[in-house]
Amino acid sequence: MKAPDRYYDFQKDISGCGVFGVISKKRNLIPGDMPIRSMACMHDRGNGLGGGFAAYGIYPDLADKYAFHLMCDTEAALESAEQVLKHYFTVHESHPIPTRKVVTIKNPPIVTRYFLTIKKDRPAEVRDLGEQDYVVNAVMHINHRIAGAFVFSSGKNMGAFKGVGFPEDIADFFRLDEYKAYIWTGHNRFPTNTPGWWGGAHPFTLLDWSIVHNGEISSYGINRRYLCEHDYLCTLMTDTEVVAYELDLLIRKHGLTKELACKVFAPPFWDEIARMPKQEKDVYTALRMVYGSAMLNGPFAILVADNTGLFGLNDRIKLRPLVVAEKDDMVFMSSEESAIREVQPELDRVWMPKAGEPVIVHLEA
Amino acid sequence: MAKKLTLDASGIYYRQFNEQIRAAVADGVTEFVLKNVNSQRYIAGGLDGDISFEIHGVPGQDMGSFMRGPKLRVKNNAQDGVGNTMDDGLIVIEGLAGDVVGYAMRGGKIFIKGDVGYRVGIHMKAYMEKLPVIVIGGKAGDFLGEYMAGGILLLLGMYSDKPTEPITGRSLGTGMHGGVIYVRGEVPREQIGPGLTAQPVDDADKAVIENLVKEYAAELKLDAKEILRSGFVKIKPFSHRPYGNLYVPA
Repeated sequence: MKAPDRYYDFQKDISGCGVFGVISKKRNLIPGDMPIRSMACMHDRGNGLGGGFAAYGIYPDLADKYAFHLMCDTEAALESAEQVLKHYFTVHESHPIPTRKVVTIKNPPIVTRYFLTIKKDRPAEVRDLGEQDYVVNAVMHINHRIAGAFVFSSGKNMGAFKGVGFPEDIADFFRLDEYKAYIWTGHNRFPTNTPGWWGGAHPFTLLDWSIVHNGEISSYGINRRYLCEHDYLCTLMTDTEVVAYELDLLIRKHGLTKELACKVFAPPFWDEIARMPKQEKDVYTALRMVYGSAMLNGPFAILVADNTGLFGLNDRIKLRPLVVAEKDDMVFMSSEESAIREVQPELDRVWMPKAGEPVIVHLEA
Repeated sequence: MAKKLTLDASGIYYRQFNEQIRAAVADGVTEFVLKNVNSQRYIAGGLDGDISFEIHGVPGQDMGSFMRGPKLRVKNNAQDGVGNTMDDGLIVIEGLAGDVVGYAMRGGKIFIKGDVGYRVGIHMKAYMEKLPVIVIGGKAGDFLGEYMAGGILLLLGMYSDKPTEPITGRSLGTGMHGGVIYVRGEVPREQIGPGLTAQPVDDADKAVIENLVKEYAAELKLDAKEILRSGFVKIKPFSHRPYGNLYVPA
């Protein structure tokens, strides 16, 4: 091994991931053009090795069906995955996800989507699972056991779109300018520890949950083992995957509120807990005792969406930037204010949330 | 006579935009008005000399980094890394600023009207006539003045949109071994870094604060008297080398 010639003489790429999210609390549909332009404004936060978006409210006519997005390396992998889907679900509609040829997007996988409902006559081995656990089980089955096939979206009336490329190019590839949604999140990736591959791009999703993340989950190992004990298998080789599954475990299965789940991810320091009134102290002590293995260590700014809203959260010492802004019924969350101003020059309020304090926005009923 | 130039940044990538600025500086322009700035990084980075910039819009990361002398006025908010390792000059921000303002700053002044993010003024340093100064009109996040080795941080906590938060975040001045942090009013004990305490200011401190406040208020059209109506406390390092014995006990 030898360092490359003139190793000292290069143009350093100074970067970090970029995240953007927007929600219309009144469920007004926002054209894809908005998140695309915002992400393009933060082009330099990524390096072309990952881009993606999540959109909510995009399949209103099929809102009662689970919308599965699949990426497959080969036709054979697709065929195997389809067998699994048919084993668990009734397929109401399926087709290739519409794409465009984009010069910068090389060797894309085969991307297909399915609109599914649970089979009436369920397979015996999963007959007793609750409906959503049943869906999670099917996702884990394909991602873990079907080589070259991955489910990258499995919620209702929402979808994730992601791959290797800059976000604006991925958006072009998936024709996201043709979609409208009441929540959008976007991600620009600068992979540091793990490969830049299609499955490893953000968002990470499970059921309606989607997450985009700037930073690094240093506790990935312990989080992954904890999730494994609860039948969530990590297969996508990117640390952020654990957050998607922890959201499902803590909020859907254990019934924690989003606020409390955020306090599991980014708990108050022990000295802060010591100064709290008794009741609060008991709650936070219990959370740290019970969910120590679910705590996210390391730097992060995350944006999480589901069919009820959008929230943003920083790690407790704020090692990644996050800006929040409001305009009428819209709330924006972004790594940089300029990405918000790019699409909404006039804003009612702009602020940087406190470390470890979530900003939670709910859709109106 | 000053040579003036207005540049429109709309839709221009930061490299081309900074090239335009540098070409104009080489051509003798000393007064810039930058319109429609949004996200362009490194504005005025590394520039040397008596040049002024009025910036409209939200400049990108590391504005004024490494610069020696220019005066920058931002009419809106600024992002992260303002004045990174700047050597001399003045940056005035009429809105708020993000994280790591004045990182490793060596000289010059940064005046911010509103709130600032985390890790502001970390690793500031002073040497002989070089004395960096940051004045913050709003509130600050955690780690203000962490590892500070010299210079002055003045925190007012007045022009903030976070009424319920403490004036500064956790770990104020942690590991500082030079310089001084002045805070208007009181600092909650638990927000101050290990081994440090808030002390009363003496007459010499008061003179420094008064001069700075007057200059700050004039730049931002604020009422200096109103600012000076309250008392101040100071946080100074408790020794020259607070961690000198950490690994090798003396």
